[in-house]
Amino acid sequence: MRHVAPQPTVEDIETLIAPFLALEGPLLPILHALQEEYGHIPAQAHVPVAEALNISRAELHGVISFYHDFRDKPAGRHVLKLCRAEACQSVGGAELAAETLARLGLDWHGTTPDGALTVEPVYCLGLCACAPAAMLDNRVVARVDAAKLDRLLAEARA
Amino acid sequence: MKLRVPMDSAARALGADEVVDALVAEAGRRGQQIEVIRTGSRGMVWLEPLVEVEIDGIRHGYGPAGPEDAAAILDGTSVKALGPVADLDWMRRQTRLTFARVGVIDPLSLAEYEAHGGLAGLRRALAMTGQQIVDEVKLSGLRGRGGAGFPTGIKWQTVHDAAGPQKYIVCNADEGDSGTFADRMLMEGDPFTLIEGMAIAGLGVGAARGYVYLRSEYPDAIAVMRGAVLTAREAGLLGRDVLGSGRAFDMEIRVGAGAYVCGEETSLLNSLEGKRGVVRAKPPLPALEGFLGRPTVVNNVISLATVPVIFEKGAQHYADFGLGRSRGTVTLQIAGNVARGGLFETAFGISLGEVVNDLGGGTASGRPVKAVQVGGPLGAYLPVSRFDAALGYEELDASGGLLGHAGLVVFDDTADMLAMARFAMEFCAVESCGKCTPCRIGAVRGVETLDRIAAGDPAALPLLTDLCETMKDGSLCALGGFTPFPVMSAVTHFPDEFARLKEAAE
Ligand SMILES: Cc1cc2nc3c(=O)[nH]c(=O)nc-3n(C[C@H](O)[C@H](O)[C@H](O)COP(=O)(O)O)c2cc1C
Ligand code: FES
Repeated sequence: MRHVAPQPTVEDIETLIAPFLALEGPLLPILHALQEEYGHIPAQAHVPVAEALNISRAELHGVISFYHDFRDKPAGRHVLKLCRAEACQSVGGAELAAETLARLGLDWHGTTPDGALTVEPVYCLGLCACAPAAMLDNRVVARVDAAKLDRLLAEARA
Repeated sequence: MKLRVPMDSAARALGADEVVDALVAEAGRRGQQIEVIRTGSRGMVWLEPLVEVEIDGIRHGYGPAGPEDAAAILDGTSVKALGPVADLDWMRRQTRLTFARVGVIDPLSLAEYEAHGGLAGLRRALAMTGQQIVDEVKLSGLRGRGGAGFPTGIKWQTVHDAAGPQKYIVCNADEGDSGTFADRMLMEGDPFTLIEGMAIAGLGVGAARGYVYLRSEYPDAIAVMRGAVLTAREAGLLGRDVLGSGRAFDMEIRVGAGAYVCGEETSLLNSLEGKRGVVRAKPPLPALEGFLGRPTVVNNVISLATVPVIFEKGAQHYADFGLGRSRGTVTLQIAGNVARGGLFETAFGISLGEVVNDLGGGTASGRPVKAVQVGGPLGAYLPVSRFDAALGYEELDASGGLLGHAGLVVFDDTADMLAMARFAMEFCAVESCGKCTPCRIGAVRGVETLDRIAAGDPAALPLLTDLCETMKDGSLCALGGFTPFPVMSAVTHFPDEFARLKEAAE
């Protein structure tokens, strides 16, 4: 089943962001907290966040859209990031990524029809001495080959 | 029985947690008492997961270990035995100053940190004036390890001299370059070193607050750093009264959001302030108008984490290592298609060939080495004919290379250099902050032009050369300004790959 978009109320958002308002430069911590809680930055959060920080909604939108991490829609239940950067390419990372996407019938950023898995590119996971590298949710995997990928995909779609 | 297994994310990505589970289960079956301590990684990534068993105070290594090796490791009969870890060639040949404790101690044990020399530097700095601290850093010859190699002491002097009620220390832990992982290993393996370095920087320039801007791609490093900051605060190492000195310094960990350009210092500051991570025009220098417009030191993780050992052992001790104007040690990250990859800390001056062939053991595939990209996605591809180049800032520059954050990515002879050049442009296009045209538009044109070259268009190569000149001269920061280096180095050193296709197409 596809993640059902949550419908947070203004009060929910205000409660969530309150602890961050005293920080210097609170916006990124707030956006991370929202995404952690809801899996994306819900549209309902825009007005309360912009008001709390005294910025325009256009400015807020500009920030959210600048960063690769922040999504305006929920992702699949699991997110698989495959490293596309040079060290991973030097040991076949690009071919592995292409095969994986083809197998799933997805393009980068795509989600499987069952809503189980979103595949995203990442540019280096700091595992360049044991490449190719991948990350399933927050778990890193190194020296990824077809067999390891099979296990990851099975786990994500179970 | 005391065992150590890394919790470094490279070791975990290679199965260290499963090895620990197997060791604990096997010991349980035998009713044997074991203590497993999680450490950082020694940096021998090809031996990870590396299990260390302590016998009479000496640590004996077993690796690369899998869960199936647990019983034999506990018996001392495993074929994965490597002997005492400190006697391994890779360890003996290093000068581990910045990384002295990484892989040795429990990263979150402040007691172990102190027992291995930690806090000695900060205690010494607490007895010095700000100017004396800055002078010590100048004397050490330390230069920024984030890429540009700017003298750290001079940057600190500017912030020290700047007037302002509030100044900041910002640690750049965005480490986005492919082929680099020294920042990650240091933060995961010895976080108190970074905290101590930032506290000394704060005392030196008169800053009471610090931030670490840490990339979101490093969840393990984020967790370790956050844990270490809490422990440091509880122990009075951070806070209003640093180690009872009456001087204040506190810091926070902030998480990036997946933008490579946010490693550029002015873009990083915008991001930290909660804005789009676009590059700011310089001047004003961040040293004068940085975070929230206030005087700010922005330094790389390794620059700041090297400060404690400079104060512990003395600036001269540090400056005595190195070559030319590159003083001290370089934390090489050997990566890509290489037999023995990992982190190797040594005095500046070692040759590229010694690193790749001798330390790295050539390619992992066993095929001939074709090229090495040094210094991340903005660094040049160097062919084997440049292997005599010495690894120092000026020396590598003279060989057409860029040392950068000292990552080396090895490629074997199957590498497609046109594809790598295209990737450099594509990466620049994906990651451009969009503020300046040469980078934003130039990178997109670069991809198109390389596709024309691949399709055999003879007019496209001069166009690419022109485009690269425009990007070099007209870009606001080194993202657009340096992307031409990997591209043109591929063209220069591997011209056939940009011409052969033309013939094929004709
Ligand atoms: C596109 C781009 C990305 C950068 N990424 C990083 C990075 O990830 N880490 C880093 O320390 N410096 C990075 N830098 C260099 C910083 O702008 C800056 O020079 C550095 O943080 C200063 O610290 P240092 O003097 O200690 O090296 C980058 C520069 C550019 C142009
Ligand atoms: S390049 Fe893929 S992990 Fe660094």
